[in-house]
Amino acid sequence: MIHFVLLISRQGKVRLTKWYSPYSQKERSKVIRELSGVILSRGPKLCNFIEWRGYKVVYKRYASLYFCMCIDADDNELEVLEIIHHFVEILDRYFGSVCELDLIFNFHKAYYILDEILIAGELQESSKKTVTRLIAAQDSLVETAKEQASSISNMIAQATK
Amino acid sequence: MIRAIRACKTAAEERGVVRKECAAIRAAISENDPDYRHRNLAKLMFIHMLGYPTHFGQMECLKLIASAGFPEKRIGYLGLMLLLDERQEVLMLVTNSLKQDLNHSNQYIVGLAICALGNICSAEMARDLAPEVERLFQTRDPNIKKKAALCSIRIIRKVPDLSENFMSPAASLLKEKHHGVLIAGVQLCTELCKASAEALDYLRKNCTEVLVRILKDVSNSPYAPEYDIAGITDPFLHIRVLRLMRTLGQGDADSSDFMNDILAQVATKTESNKNAGNAILYECVETIMGIEATSGLRVLAINILGRFLSNRDNNIRYVALNILMKAIAVDAQAVQRHRATILECVKDSDASIRKRALELVFLLVNDTNVKPITKDLIEYLEVSDQEFKGDLTVKICLIVEKFSHEKLWYIDQMLKVLIEAGNFVKDEIWHALVVVISNAPDLHGYTVRSLYKALQNSCEQESLVRVAVWCIGEYGELLINNVGVLDVEEPITVTESDAVDVVEISLKRHSSDITTRAMSLIALLKLSSRFPPCSERIREIIIQQKGSLVLELQQRSLEFNAIIQKHQNIKSSLVERMPVLEESAYHNKKAASAPGNLSEGKTRQATAAASLKLPNGVAKTPAAPLVDLLDLNSDDIPQPSSSGGDFLHDLLGIGLAPSPSSAGGGAMSSSGVDALLDLLSIGETPVQNDLLASNIVSTSQDKLPSISPLERLSSVSSPVSLQSTGAAPVVDLLGSLSTNSSAPADGSSVYPSIVAYQSDSLKIMFSFSKQPGNPQTTVIQATYTNMSSNVYTDFLFQAAVPKFVQLKLDPGSSNILPSSGNGSITQRMVITNTQHGQRALAMRLRISYKVDNQDKMEQGQVNNFPAGL
Repeated sequence: MIHFVLLISRQGKVRLTKWYSPYSQKERSKVIRELSGVILSRGPKLCNFIEWRGYKVVYKRYASLYFCMCIDADDNELEVLEIIHHFVEILDRYFGSVCELDLIFNFHKAYYILDEILIAGELQESSKKTVTRLIAAQDSLVETAKEQASSISNMIAQATK
Repeated sequence: MIRAIRACKTAAEERGVVRKECAAIRAAISENDPDYRHRNLAKLMFIHMLGYPTHFGQMECLKLIASAGFPEKRIGYLGLMLLLDERQEVLMLVTNSLKQDLNHSNQYIVGLAICALGNICSAEMARDLAPEVERLFQTRDPNIKKKAALCSIRIIRKVPDLSENFMSPAASLLKEKHHGVLIAGVQLCTELCKASAEALDYLRKNCTEVLVRILKDVSNSPYAPEYDIAGITDPFLHIRVLRLMRTLGQGDADSSDFMNDILAQVATKTESNKNAGNAILYECVETIMGIEATSGLRVLAINILGRFLSNRDNNIRYVALNILMKAIAVDAQAVQRHRATILECVKDSDASIRKRALELVFLLVNDTNVKPITKDLIEYLEVSDQEFKGDLTVKICLIVEKFSHEKLWYIDQMLKVLIEAGNFVKDEIWHALVVVISNAPDLHGYTVRSLYKALQNSCEQESLVRVAVWCIGEYGELLINNVGVLDVEEPITVTESDAVDVVEISLKRHSSDITTRAMSLIALLKLSSRFPPCSERIREIIIQQKGSLVLELQQRSLEFNAIIQKHQNIKSSLVERMPVLEESAYHNKKAASAPGNLSEGKTRQATAAASLKLPNGVAKTPAAPLVDLLDLNSDDIPQPSSSGGDFLHDLLGIGLAPSPSSAGGGAMSSSGVDALLDLLSIGETPVQNDLLASNIVSTSQDKLPSISPLERLSSVSSPVSLQSTGAAPVVDLLGSLSTNSSAPADGSSVYPSIVAYQSDSLKIMFSFSKQPGNPQTTVIQATYTNMSSNVYTDFLFQAAVPKFVQLKLDPGSSNILPSSGNGSITQRMVITNTQHGQRALAMRLRISYKVDNQDKMEQGQVNNFPAGL
C-alpha cells in the first residue's frame, strides 16, 4: 500500500501531503524534512527509488515538482511510477497543462483529484476519463449550490429593500 | 492569502502573515459566522500544509460536515482528512455525521463520506460503520462500489475479525465489467487473503478461474483508449490481478497449474520497451517465483530478469537486482550466471543500486567464486566513494571471514582491506584478525613484514596501525631476521631501529587516538626486550609520554620506564610473547556478548582464560596482566590484541564486581583492600593476586585525580605492600616504583582497612586515617554492609572503648541499611589514644536494628586494629 504522498518543490517547499498511515504531526514534519533532503540532492540519472526506514520511496520529478510516494518494501516500484504519472496526467487534463502555481492556488482541487485516484493507500480508478468526469460533476454541483446561494441572497436583499 | 504568504521573502515575515491570518480565523470561529466558514477552513488547510499548528480548526470541520450543502461538506471532509488523523479523540464525534452521509441519496455525498472513512477511520469507527459500508456493495453505481471496496480494505486492516463479512461480496465484485470496480475488488481480495486463512481458501476455490479470465480478457483486449497506457490496456489491473494470483497460488499446486498458461502468455507477449510493460513483467516474474510454477516458466522468468539487468534504465536494473535476491532461493545456479553483471552494478554511481547489488553479491558468494569476487570488491574499494566504503568494508570482511579456508589468504585479504579502508573497519573485525594471526605461527614472520611494508605507505588507517603495532611488538624479531620467508615474498631488510621508528611514528602521530598510542607504548616495551641495543632509545621515547595529558599514557610511560630501568632481570619474562589466543574462546565470547548476557559470558570466559593461563606458569603472565590492567582504567574498548587483554579484562570484570558492593561510598583505600581481601580468599593463584593488587592501584589512582602523580603512586602503593603476603612480584615492582618516583612516603603512615566485625549478615569495615602532627588521634571511617536479603531499619551502631581511649561518634549517614549489599552506611568516629605507642586499641561493638519490625541486636569485639594506632 501507499503510506503517504508528498509533493515537494525544488526549493523544498511542501505543496501537497496525504497520509494513509497514521503519523503524528511531529513525525510528519520530520519525514518531510528527511526525505526532501535525500530526494532533492539526488542526481538526474539515478534511479527513482530510495530505501528508507524499511520502506521504499518512489519519486519522480515533473518540472519543478517532485512527486513522492512511500510504499512497502515488497510493492511494485515500477507500477507506482506509473501511478504517479497517472495522477500527473489527470492533473494536466483538469487544469490544462498544469504548473506549480495551479497546485498552489487550487491545492484543494488537487486533493479532490487525489481522493478520486487513491483511497486507503490503494488505487481506485485506472481510467483518466472517469476521474475527470467525476470531478467535473462534483464541481458543477458546487457551482449550482453557489448560484443558488447568491440568488437566494439576492431575493432576500430585494425583499428587505 | 496564499499570494500574501508567497510574497513573503523571509521566514519571519511568513510567520507574521500566518499569525495574522490565524487570528482572523479564530475570531471568525468564535463569531460562528457560517458564510465564510469553508473559506476559512481552506485557508487553514494551506497553513497546515506549511507546517503550522491548526488544531483550533478541527471543530470547524465537524460543523461543515454536519451542514447540508455539498460544497460545505466537500471542504469539510477534505479538512477532516487533512487536519485530523485517526488517533484524535475529536474523530469520534464525526461518526454520526458519517453514518448519515453514507445513507444519503446523493451519490457524491456518499462518495465523500466513504472516501473520508477509507482514509482516516480508526478501529472503533470501522466496527461501527462496517454494516453501512457492506450495504453499499449492493448499490448499482460503480463509483460507490469501488469506493466501498477500498474502504473495506481499510476496515479489514483495522479490524481483521470483520473480514468474513466481506468475503462473498468481494468475490462477487470480480464479476463486474467496470475496471475501477475490478481493481478495487481484486485489491480487497488480496487484503482478505492476508487477513484470514479462511478467506484465502474461499477465494482460492471460487476466484482463481475468474481471475485467469480477467487477465486473459485484459491482456487480449483490443485498443481501449480509456485505459490505454503505452499500448497496454490497463497495466494497473494487470498488476493487481497478478499479485492476487501470487497470493492464491503460493503453496497450492492446483491453482498454480491453472495459472501457468496465462502467466506464460503475459510473460512472452508483454512489450518491454515502456515502463508500464516492464512493470507488468516485473510483477509477472514475481508471481512466477512465488507460485508453484513449472520449471519452463521459471527459466522464462530468469531470462526476463537477465534482460532487465542489462537494461540501461537504472530503475529497471534496480528492480531486477531486487527480485534476483528472491530468485536466488529458487534457482541459485541461474542467478550465478549473471554474476559478472551484478558485480558491475556494485560499482554503479547510484547508491540505491549499489546497495542492492552488494547485498545480492553477498548472497552469491560461495566456495568456488569467493576469490575472484573478493579480489574484485577489494579493487573497487580503492576507488569507491567515502560513504559507500563503510558498507563495502563490512561486507568484504564478512565474506572473507565466512569463507576463509586458508589463513594466508585470509590474512592477505584483510591486510588489503585494512590498507584501503582501515578507518572503516570495526573493532571486532580487527580483533578477529589478530586472533587468527596469533593462531598461525608459520605466518607470523610474513604477516609482520607485510604489515611493516603497509605501514610505510599508508599510516592514516587507524585499524591498520593498530594491527601493525601489535604484530611488531609481538613478533619484532621475526621482522628483523627475516624468519619464515614465504616464496611469494620479496625479501626486505629492516634494522632494529627501523622497527622502533615505525612504532614511534604511530605513537607520536597526532591523529592516533589513545588506544593506538597505548598499544604503541606496549609494543615499544616489548621491543626493548626483543632488541636490547635499542633499549635505551626506547626508554627515552617512553619517558617522553610522561607528560602526556592522558592519564593512561602518563601512567604507562612511568611504569614502563621503571620496568626498563630497574627490572632488567624480570623484563624478558615480563614481555614474553603472548600465549596464543584461543580462537574458540574468542568466538564464544563474541557470541556471548552479542545477546547482552554480558556478565554471564564474562564469567564463562574468565574461567576459560584462567584455565588457559595457569599452565603457562607465572613467569609468563605478569607482563600481560600488568599491561592490560593499564589498558583497562582509561578505556572501555576491549583489547584482545594489546596482549590478550581481553581475557584479563574479563578476569578483572569479576574482580571489580564485588568491590563496589562492599565499598559503596566508603573511602577508596578501604574498598580497594576489601576487594583484595575478598578475592584473596577466593582465588589463591598468584596470577589473580597480582591482577587484583595492581588493579586496586590503578583504580584508586583514578579516583584521586587531584593529587599529583608522584604522590599518588607512593601513597597508594604502600597499603598494598602491607597486604602483600600473596603477591610478591607485583609488590616488588610497585615498591620500587614508589621509590624511583622519588617521593618517599611522608610521615603520616597509612593503615590498611580491617574487617572489624562480621556475622553471617552484617559486615563492618574500618578504615583509618591520621592527621599529621597528631599521632594520638585517629579518624575511623566505618562502613556497614548488609549481606542478608532483608532491609535493616533503625540501624544503630554503638561502641565502647577502654578508659585510656576517648571516643567521639558522629551520626551515621543513614539509619536504613539496604539488603544484599546494595548499599552501605558510613559513620565517622574520632578516637584519641592517650597512651599512644604503649597500649593497643580495642573496641566493643553493639549493633541494634529492626528486621520486619523485629528488634535484633548483635555484639562483637574488635582486637585486630593495626599496630601503631
